[in-house]
Amino acid sequence: MNIHDKYKPLTFWEKLYLPAIIAGIWLTSKHFFRNLTLHILRALRIRRSAMGAVTIQYPEFLRPLFPRLRTMHRLTKREDGTPRCVACMMCETVCPANCIYIIADEKLEDPQIEKMPKSFDIDLGLCIFCGYCVEACPEDAIRMDTGILEISNLTRNGMVLDMETMLNLEPRQDRYVKYTKEGDIVSQEYLKQSKSE
Amino acid sequence: MPKITIDGTEIEVEKGTTVIQAAEQLGIEIPRYCYHPGLSIVGVCRICLVEIERMPKLQVACYTPVTDGMVVHTNNEKVLQARRAVLEFLLINHPLDCPVCDQAGECWLQNFYMQHGLYDSKMFEDKVKKQKALDIGPNVMLDSERCILCSRCVRFCDEITETFELGIFNRGDHAELLPYPGQELDNKYSGNTIDICPVGALTDKDFRFRTRVWYLTETPSVCPGCSTGCNISVHHNDKRPYKAGGIRISRLKPRYNPEVNQWWMCDEGRYGFTYVDDDSRIVAPQKKTRGRWQELSWNDAIDEIANKMKDTIDKHGAEAFGVILSPQMTNEDLFAAKRFFKETLELENIDFEVAAREKGYEDDFLMKADKNPNTEGAKKLGVSAMDNSGLEVAQMLAEAKDKRLKALYICHHDLEKGFNKEEVKAALSKVDLVIFQGTNQNLTSNLANYCLPSATFVEIDGTFTNFAGRVQRIHKAVEPLGESKPDWIIFRNLSKRLGKSMPYFEPEDVFNALVEEVDAFKGLSYEKIGEHGILLDGHEESAEKEMGALVA
Repeated sequence: MNIHDKYKPLTFWEKLYLPAIIAGIWLTSKHFFRNLTLHILRALRIRRSAMGAVTIQYPEFLRPLFPRLRTMHRLTKREDGTPRCVACMMCETVCPANCIYIIADEKLEDPQIEKMPKSFDIDLGLCIFCGYCVEACPEDAIRMDTGILEISNLTRNGMVLDMETMLNLEPRQDRYVKYTKEGDIVSQEYLKQSKSE
Repeated sequence: MPKITIDGTEIEVEKGTTVIQAAEQLGIEIPRYCYHPGLSIVGVCRICLVEIERMPKLQVACYTPVTDGMVVHTNNEKVLQARRAVLEFLLINHPLDCPVCDQAGECWLQNFYMQHGLYDSKMFEDKVKKQKALDIGPNVMLDSERCILCSRCVRFCDEITETFELGIFNRGDHAELLPYPGQELDNKYSGNTIDICPVGALTDKDFRFRTRVWYLTETPSVCPGCSTGCNISVHHNDKRPYKAGGIRISRLKPRYNPEVNQWWMCDEGRYGFTYVDDDSRIVAPQKKTRGRWQELSWNDAIDEIANKMKDTIDKHGAEAFGVILSPQMTNEDLFAAKRFFKETLELENIDFEVAAREKGYEDDFLMKADKNPNTEGAKKLGVSAMDNSGLEVAQMLAEAKDKRLKALYICHHDLEKGFNKEEVKAALSKVDLVIFQGTNQNLTSNLANYCLPSATFVEIDGTFTNFAGRVQRIHKAVEPLGESKPDWIIFRNLSKRLGKSMPYFEPEDVFNALVEEVDAFKGLSYEKIGEHGILLDGHEESAEKEMGALVA
């Protein structure tokens, strides 16, 4: 749709050059004056519902996330609240950035499961968000669906996620846009909600 | 000698050989669970099925002796189908808890499934539940759900240790491996059952959940636990060093050597490596000033110690200096020590033997009462009191008590193991200069003035000579901890500081010098020693004894 456009031969109208330039200036000016007007109306508190710009005013308004986007990791729990993880270290083995550190321990109370992690740390300073850990996990214990992508810290050590934190994170499906099988966006509520604020 | 054709290749083998052994000689690998070359043959797992021409049914390769003119197919469609079926059968009730199971990565069910299985399971029934995580002995954990009843461990306890602890109880799909009622698997060789278990039914309590096997690297070595010198593989964690809280050596496994230990090793040796990563390791040269330990750099330590040694000898003569070497050291270490003390310093009081107060456990299989790996080597190298016409260790301590001995150089020994604690304290406190060189802190090191850190057996290259006169090589698996150094390097550096240099850069240089000087080692080299070791001259007879003990 877009990248092939430039290989197309120019039409007669485009070859004339000047009309295309004028059309471009018209489009730019249209946005400029529209934004100018809307921002002035908003500043004078005359009209507040319409957005002033086509860009998203982050962080006041958050961008909708696509379902395939991989965000901060979380660990899932069993019904009794213990981690699903059995410290098989598949994620650690497959991790191309070597940023997962697991130490295994015996799960004494349940010999059927036998094993659990004593500690499970992910160094987000090293993580490349490839999602291999999620793919490799045989227990569905690790997921990357928290919707948290504001990951920053003042120290390197602060970038290390520990097991407690990851177990207490919740999936934030509401931040994700939902699609139909055909690829159309189903829920626009989130977008509308952001706009109306 | 019957001639047999396996997969189109003809081979002549000895009478009584089984098909699986004949195939092995040709390099054809037939999958097996219950067959182990060191145990009797039962043919219960049925995975080694092969097609033999003019026999109506497939035959088990492990239990079928070869006959002249036999034509065997190990890889045709019929055989492969049978293997797939056997695997499917074995996995009916086997739990697929591979993420938890410590055998994952070296499990024969996993391996053979990937090589020969890859079927679609037809099973919808629930698996038969059995006991999980059953503590059956001091070293072994049993998960009877995972057991495929190959009976290797049962045969090991019946035939090798003859302790008869294990049995298979019940019938059909309720059959279960268990120790006999009221018994537990606590013989001196119980760890071997874990090695020979092809699946994850028997796991090592010491190794369980510590690390995954695919992180481990193997290095061939020799067990330093006793004078038998069993061949071992050192499994160390190089790929994930942050794992297991600084424990670099994960486990020891026996390595096949037909002349020494065959496939086995004892538990004492298997679990005796923990001192390597222990907190008590000496990691830097230390000096005691006013009762407190202070770390030194190697340069300062060598300087100070060399000066003090020289002063003592100048002032009081060579007879006031005692040296206690150790049969824990390699031939190379002992040779460098001999050169240094005998030739550079011209000392007479050199000895290595400290008889243990409590006699170690000994049997007619692998374990020896002498818990040192290189006593024979030390004797051959002539570092005992007899060879040097000097004082024995006990005499040295007596002299020290009478204040006639002014300096002592102690290598590796914990004198408390050979003498009374009070006796050692009384003797060492009266010596002006006590230098301890060793791996871990102990009573003797605490009483010393200087401590020099030496590397452990997993951190050095070298050779040990076992009780039967077999010279075997050990290899470096991990880097020396902290600032510790191999003993021969410490002696070399001290010797250089005192004016006589030893031109050794590699342990092989020391060994070559040793070969030139010591008659018993004549003609040897690292290449000749190889992976199974070599007997010194005049030791053929004892070698037969060595083998005899194994066969009996």
